[in-house]
Amino acid sequence: MRADLNSFAWLLDRLAYEPRRNGKLALITDYFRQTPDPERGFALAAMTGQLTFANAKAGLIRALIADRVDPELFALSYDYVGDLSETVALMWPVQHGGAGHNRPPPTLADIVEALAKTDKRALPALLASWLDALDETGRWALLKLITGGLRIGVSARLAKTALAALGNLQPDDIEEVWHGLELPYAALFAWAEGHGQKPEASDPAPFRPAMLAHPLEDEDFDRLDPADFTAEWKWDGIRVQAASGLNAQGLRITRLYSRTGEDISGSFPDLAERIAFDGAIDGELLILKDRRVQSFNVLQQRLNRKTVSAKLMAEHPAHIRAYDILFDGTEDVRPLPLAERRARLEAFVARHGGARVDLSTQLSFDSWEALAACRADPASIGAGPDADAIEGLMLKRRDAPYLPGRPKGLWYKWKRDPSLLDCVLMYAQRGHGKRSSFYSDFTFGCWREDGVLVPVGKAYFGFTDEELAQLDRFVRKNTINRFGPVREVMHSAEAGLVLEVAFEGIQRSARHKSGVAMRFPRISRIRWDKPTREADRMATIEAMLTKIEARASAP
Amino acid sequence: MRPHELLHPTPAGLYCPPADLYIDPVRPVARALITHGHADHARAGHGAVLATAETLDIMSVRYGENFTQSRQVAILGEAIRIGSVSFSFHPAGHVLGSAQIAVEAGGIRIVASGDYKRAPDRTCRAFEPVRCDVFITEATFGLPVFRHPDTAGEVAKLLSSLALFPERCHVIGAYALGKAQRLIALIRDAGYERPIYVHGAMEKLIAFYESSGVPLGDIRKVAAAERKTLKGELVVCPPSAIQDLWARQLPDPVTAFASGWMRIRSRARQKGVELPLIVSDHADWDDLCATIREVGAPEIWVTHGQEDALVRWCELNGIRARPLRLAGYGDDGEAETESVQAAP
Repeated sequence: MRADLNSFAWLLDRLAYEPRRNGKLALITDYFRQTPDPERGFALAAMTGQLTFANAKAGLIRALIADRVDPELFALSYDYVGDLSETVALMWPVQHGGAGHNRPPPTLADIVEALAKTDKRALPALLASWLDALDETGRWALLKLITGGLRIGVSARLAKTALAALGNLQPDDIEEVWHGLELPYAALFAWAEGHGQKPEASDPAPFRPAMLAHPLEDEDFDRLDPADFTAEWKWDGIRVQAASGLNAQGLRITRLYSRTGEDISGSFPDLAERIAFDGAIDGELLILKDRRVQSFNVLQQRLNRKTVSAKLMAEHPAHIRAYDILFDGTEDVRPLPLAERRARLEAFVARHGGARVDLSTQLSFDSWEALAACRADPASIGAGPDADAIEGLMLKRRDAPYLPGRPKGLWYKWKRDPSLLDCVLMYAQRGHGKRSSFYSDFTFGCWREDGVLVPVGKAYFGFTDEELAQLDRFVRKNTINRFGPVREVMHSAEAGLVLEVAFEGIQRSARHKSGVAMRFPRISRIRWDKPTREADRMATIEAMLTKIEARASAP
Repeated sequence: MRPHELLHPTPAGLYCPPADLYIDPVRPVARALITHGHADHARAGHGAVLATAETLDIMSVRYGENFTQSRQVAILGEAIRIGSVSFSFHPAGHVLGSAQIAVEAGGIRIVASGDYKRAPDRTCRAFEPVRCDVFITEATFGLPVFRHPDTAGEVAKLLSSLALFPERCHVIGAYALGKAQRLIALIRDAGYERPIYVHGAMEKLIAFYESSGVPLGDIRKVAAAERKTLKGELVVCPPSAIQDLWARQLPDPVTAFASGWMRIRSRARQKGVELPLIVSDHADWDDLCATIREVGAPEIWVTHGQEDALVRWCELNGIRARPLRLAGYGDDGEAETESVQAAP
């Protein structure tokens, strides 16, 4: 297989059409298998969001094509295709035997290297020479890459999973060593293929895969013994992992990771700068003002910002409420049972916590009934005015080690409000009146068992004006189809936006395609942080309906 | 005589007053000349039909023997005189039997191309350029974004997907006349020898191609009971069947579609296609332009498709051109522009 941008573009093209997770995995693994180093390493970097090309703007591309084709023919074509990169890629005049035609197509490595050292003024000529040498798909991918418009519906996690599948590794094995490795990851590929050593994690603050919980079902209460479990509040913030340590030069490296391993330190420098321990803890990132936990809406003001102002940091200081400990110094404490880890955590926070890290309280209870009472009224069980920032309860087995992923039977989440669903945004339509320029009517869906997203409802209120502007921007940037006034928004298992939908009741309905109708559905929160594949399933709705129907038919 | 007195558009189709007949009429007329067998060009119910032997046979296969009251075979390259006008048929390279029709009278020759393509295709005769005074060209893919890639690469894409997903059935939507046979021929030429399964609606036309000397290898009709057992196999069906219950019973199908429209990503997505194959039986932009130059006509009439861009190109190149607004074409073959608009 040729290892140039054309072949990577070919992969991207196939991925863009392939809806199935397993299909995407097979395509990526096959590409890794057939592509030599260092090209596949750059491809991995591109798919995991490690490459940024901020050099080219749409205006540059328009100027390049304007020099080459008739403006009227361009306008007719652009109008028909609806996408600038695609139109230019298809219209680009190919000079058979002309300059550039005999040159081999650039590799991804060539492009990354050249863009890093090319002056802005030299960029148009360089770009044109590449476009001359590539095929249509290659041109499309190049233009999408350099304008930052590449949306292939692949998450970093999926790319790592495909890498692990080259040999006998698990995706979490890759995560363990991921941070601290450098482009083009040759040692990582060699290890994955079984002919190299495990790469040394030289990063003193790597991400370790997070442990996640299952939702608690009614029948679980009969199966589970309260004595086996501890309970904590489930805080409504961002689940984070804070890792810190000294590098080879003796400099402190601190990182805050989301639970999917995304480095979010840049959004919270006030917090990261104040962490000075050796180790890694798991907790909830919260905004505390006068020691009171602020609502998620307040926290949200610190998300999705390019720069974090000193004012914002002073007004909304970030904290961590610690749930668990993964590394105590250089000791991996994840194999220890929770009860022992908790003792370690308490000592660790007492030693190193400072003003920005505190402990999550453990709730005492002797029966499920007692715990249900806590859940129903957190304010009177010690949470006081913080109760609004409580989403529910977490139950954790005392004897459970800290395991990556979502192991069965160890951790449970018991959410506070049963009439909430995390749904994926699917379609948006423009509003009326003063909202007529905004996409403000949203259709959202839940996952069916076979991995298909099924629309379950529509909502057009519940958000602030600022949130509406953010949603509108998201819709415009992530449109994959247009049907008259309706836009279809990217909604795959790998990419898209999760909306927390609140409603006052749900019932079966023959009039709706999904078979359900919600009463007063509204967007209660925008879950920028939540991966789409973790949105709720149709089975959850089915369970809600069954419960309601059972209650209705009871005497 | 001026060109439009020899041939001009009417609601029923292109009309030739001195011979009192229509080319590819969209409603029943007394006398019709038919360029090729696609349903929007070849309709049943005319009084008399003049067309190539293959086109007449295809019309019989589709509509039954009584599709017209009388018929006459046009032999390629031979002039037929009707009234003061001389007509001759020339290969168009579109589908089996497809022809351009040259209309000549009073020192003027107009060539109506019907639909045509210039890419190699072993299932039909290649297009032959005919020098003329007015060339009537189709413009289905008359935008400079439509450049059909080499078909070998498209077939390679299909075969590599078969190799990568051996447990899945690959189902390809392709029009029953022309596209299906060409696609199968291309797959065979790439060395694929396993049986190819076809939807029942395609059987007759495939048999007709084979009887006309186009071997297509081991072709089997998909039996209803058999559908579930076709994992790892290739199935070709009409485009309407790929999103149908019919295809859903195939084992974990990869949905492919063979069409020039697959060049545009949003088009392919709207159809829910997972493996777009850019294989077309129409000329792409470059071939439309090259053909216009080759026939040397000082005047071009542009019909069904993207007329505006091609007229603009002619203007830029100093060739007189105008759009010929003909209604009623484009609901078969690849020109299904309207039917791809799906609702959410």
